[in-house]
Amino acid sequence: MTQASETNAYNFAYLDEQTKRMIRRAILKGVAVPGYQVPFASREMPMPYGWGTGGVQVTAACLVPEDRLKVIDQGADDTTNAVSIRKFFQRTAGVAVTEATGEATVIQTRHRIPETPLTEGQILVYQVPIPEPLRFLEPRETETRKMHELEEYGLMHVKLYEDIARHGEIATSYAYPVKVEGRYVMDPSPIPKFDNPKLGDNAAIQLFGAGREQRIYAVPPYTQVVSLDFDDHPFVASKAPHDCDLCGAKGSYLDEVITDDAGSRMYVCSDTDFCTGRREAGHVGRLGVAMAGGVA
Amino acid sequence: MTSDALTGGFAKAPQQSARAFRGLLEVMARPGTIHLLEGAAPPAPLSVAAGVALLTLADGTTPLHLTGAADCAAVRDWVTFHIGAPLVAAEDADFALGRWQDLQPLHRFRIGQPDYPDRSATLIVEVDRLEAAGARLTGPGIKDAAHLSLPEVAAFRANRALFPLGFDVLLTCGAQVAGLPRSTIVEDV
Ligand SMILES: [Zn+2]
Repeated sequence: MTQASETNAYNFAYLDEQTKRMIRRAILKGVAVPGYQVPFASREMPMPYGWGTGGVQVTAACLVPEDRLKVIDQGADDTTNAVSIRKFFQRTAGVAVTEATGEATVIQTRHRIPETPLTEGQILVYQVPIPEPLRFLEPRETETRKMHELEEYGLMHVKLYEDIARHGEIATSYAYPVKVEGRYVMDPSPIPKFDNPKLGDNAAIQLFGAGREQRIYAVPPYTQVVSLDFDDHPFVASKAPHDCDLCGAKGSYLDEVITDDAGSRMYVCSDTDFCTGRREAGHVGRLGVAMAGGVA
Repeated sequence: MTSDALTGGFAKAPQQSARAFRGLLEVMARPGTIHLLEGAAPPAPLSVAAGVALLTLADGTTPLHLTGAADCAAVRDWVTFHIGAPLVAAEDADFALGRWQDLQPLHRFRIGQPDYPDRSATLIVEVDRLEAAGARLTGPGIKDAAHLSLPEVAAFRANRALFPLGFDVLLTCGAQVAGLPRSTIVEDV
């Protein structure tokens, strides 16, 4: 088939073939230089920028008809954003969808890494609002690019150390900067720092797409990713000191939910598929009720 | 233009290029693994994998360098018709295609700029044999160590020493493809 007749073909995964080629080339260069932000010509997508158009374009460039796609927003599969993106790819790529982390071949995420460990053959696509970890220290792109080139990351350490001086600890709890393979400092997107240890040595391919900022970057499988810290203040992947009130999980990242006007609160897994899976397996938390259907 | 130039492209480009890209992504993200690229029939002497890689990644915006036996009328016509990549000298190429000895000397290929290391060439190297044996590979994408039949070791060690600059490599043999990004540390066994 020629390029001319391609334009008449079904627009698999929405984007035209030339755009997908451009994004695919950027993804491969990102994989070859882990943590480095590859510029790409972001396209208008039929959704607002805040909805993760960078991640959507990366997903569109990666999907094959045989994929099973999972989309999460802060750990949940059922938010408006997650549902819309899932429907978009069901319609434009005809792919199967799932909420089960273990069954998905491609997972697009906003602000979380699933609790269930990922496996080889899976791709995790992050929606990234601000890809440049040095941006809040230096607004000029030409300067931050120079800083990456020269590995001038001292300012980043100064910023984190000011946190310690002011708060007694590093206060940054989301989008906590990491260094990839000892070379590039990278913004892991606004995931909680609790998720940072899952970035490194992960069996899955991790791809990051920033639509408005037009950047793609990648962390290949089994890559070293280290959260920036200090000898006297080592990185801690902290979470709320509670168990999940629904499933009793001790080690999962929790959302705090206000349950009545008196300010009562409960803590529940932010990863809804993980929580549901545990409850279906019979685990019950402090405020949980046994799942219907006799599975306990 | 030879009449064969009109045939041998993708029949269903969107789906076939999507599957081919996933193979390319897997081999670049997991050096030492070998995948199959199918769906195209490029003219001799191009391998199926090399043809599919070009159809999937190259177009009118990506200058291509053909060398050795790959630099023949049949291939040039096929590239012009199906891909549209301008044919250029080694120094100007985003993609280069040929056998290892014909791609020498390697210092001609773009290795990116210190502030834009992505502006580097990808070499598609046609080999007679491709198997997960031989040189020892470590680095990003590799759990402990992997092995891959490489045409030589020294050139890849020199390329790794340039990191984050350097070229990236796809090795093609029949329908098989393997990847060797610049990040991989290569050692003799
Ligand atoms: Zn739970």
